[in-house]
Amino acid sequence: MARIIVVTSGKGGVGKTTTSASISTGLAKRGHKTVVIDFDVGLRNLDLIMNCERRVVYDFVNVIQGEASLNQALIRDKRVDTLYILPASQTREKEALTREGVERVINELSETFDYIVCDSPAGIEHGALMALYHADEAIVVTNPEVSSVRDSDRILGILQSKSRRAEMGLDPVKEHLLLTRYNPDRVSKGEMLSVGDVEEILAIPLLGVIPESQVVLNASNQGLPVILEEGSDAGQAYEDAVARLLGEEREHRFMTAQKKGFFTRMFKGG
Amino acid sequence: MTDTASTGVQQSFQFKSANVSLTALELYYFDNDEFETNLREKINQAPGFFKDIPLIISLEKYEGLDSELDFFKIIGTCRRHNIQVIGVRGGNEDQRRLARGASLALLPGSGQREKPQEPEATAEPESEPQTGQPTGPAPARIINHPVRSGQQIHAPEGDVIVLGPVQAGAEILAAGNIHVYGPLRGRALAGIHGGESARIFCQSLEAELVSIAGHYKISEDLQDNGWKNAVQIQLRDDLLVVTPLDKA
Repeated sequence: MARIIVVTSGKGGVGKTTTSASISTGLAKRGHKTVVIDFDVGLRNLDLIMNCERRVVYDFVNVIQGEASLNQALIRDKRVDTLYILPASQTREKEALTREGVERVINELSETFDYIVCDSPAGIEHGALMALYHADEAIVVTNPEVSSVRDSDRILGILQSKSRRAEMGLDPVKEHLLLTRYNPDRVSKGEMLSVGDVEEILAIPLLGVIPESQVVLNASNQGLPVILEEGSDAGQAYEDAVARLLGEEREHRFMTAQKKGFFTRMFKGG
Repeated sequence: MTDTASTGVQQSFQFKSANVSLTALELYYFDNDEFETNLREKINQAPGFFKDIPLIISLEKYEGLDSELDFFKIIGTCRRHNIQVIGVRGGNEDQRRLARGASLALLPGSGQREKPQEPEATAEPESEPQTGQPTGPAPARIINHPVRSGQQIHAPEGDVIVLGPVQAGAEILAAGNIHVYGPLRGRALAGIHGGESARIFCQSLEAELVSIAGHYKISEDLQDNGWKNAVQIQLRDDLLVVTPLDKA
């Protein structure tokens, strides 16, 4: 049985697709057979970040509607051979994702994969609900700003009430907080919420903090999951997050301002 | 052939619990002529009120002789004035035997509780509260997890207790009190059915809105007093008063 992980946020533009790409790549790199599904029907992006947009023949909606088999639609990643991508349809409506259809595809994938990563669209409408419905775990991607935190809180409520686990009265979906676009300098100036602020408000365990970085933008423009930029702080932060997702203990990094230096700040602050 | 219910035939009726308010005639003694004279006087004061009403005869204050207690006469006199006697309340065993003889229903006295005569009450212990019997306070709703933005907790009776935060965009509605053992960042409306004695308690007041029995304050008006502190909020002379919990 596969472990099903939804990457969700409520708010758009916070880094769900970047996170889906890196988490799924990280899981696959560690030898777990992983598939990442793009649920963002009509606004397909995952294939760009995974650099497989030119190899899309069939998509998720084709499979749901019986126009293609799963094997025809799954795209094997060129860099990590245990990673597969199921792209979204760019031309269909979100309603094409029927509950029965999604369930059938997830069940079929469950038989052969270790991890199924669901990249949710923004919002709390049909597409987002379909993406989170089957989840065993949820990675709630949040930026350190008030509106993003509010939307994450909303999606956590929906996970508690509208997921399959909630509806069937099973153990609740395991929630993880992933703070992205974190800029310690701006936090120390009071322009951003701190990790502590966000943790305190949302009251769920912290999976990781991804620092704001030019590397993230460059990598996604090149079609490279940032976790493969192994020298970058963002890449290492995702690597840590994957390790924690698999149960390893890792200390949190990249949470304090770099330039000033740790010791100067310590002594100055008394 | 014998069991129509199990053969799928719809039953012709169903028993439901009902709660009706009735007029009682408290009888001190009975003399038919006097009874009719007094009854006529009362009816003349409010003819509309007495027309076709169901009436019970209360025997709890009856001081006359049992032998004078002629229910047939009472029923007949009342019926002449378009009043339907349906039963008696209270009374001793002899009086109740006479009432039963006149085909009247027997209701327990207001001071005493009749031994369970209704087999239905035992067959359905979870049925609605029995008529006229006071019920205990409604149980509180206890919420063990954070109440998230967009979620609503509604307690049409009783209190709500939240062990965790109530987030911005969440809403708690309670007929009784609201206790939040965490920050109250959303909306809390206590005493929604007009309960002016309801209160709101929270570990940290950061609410968007608080309301007791329809009297409300929004976040802007809460900033000056007890903001981000443990407080209780209550209604005093139609004003919401916020007091720190450590000074209560």
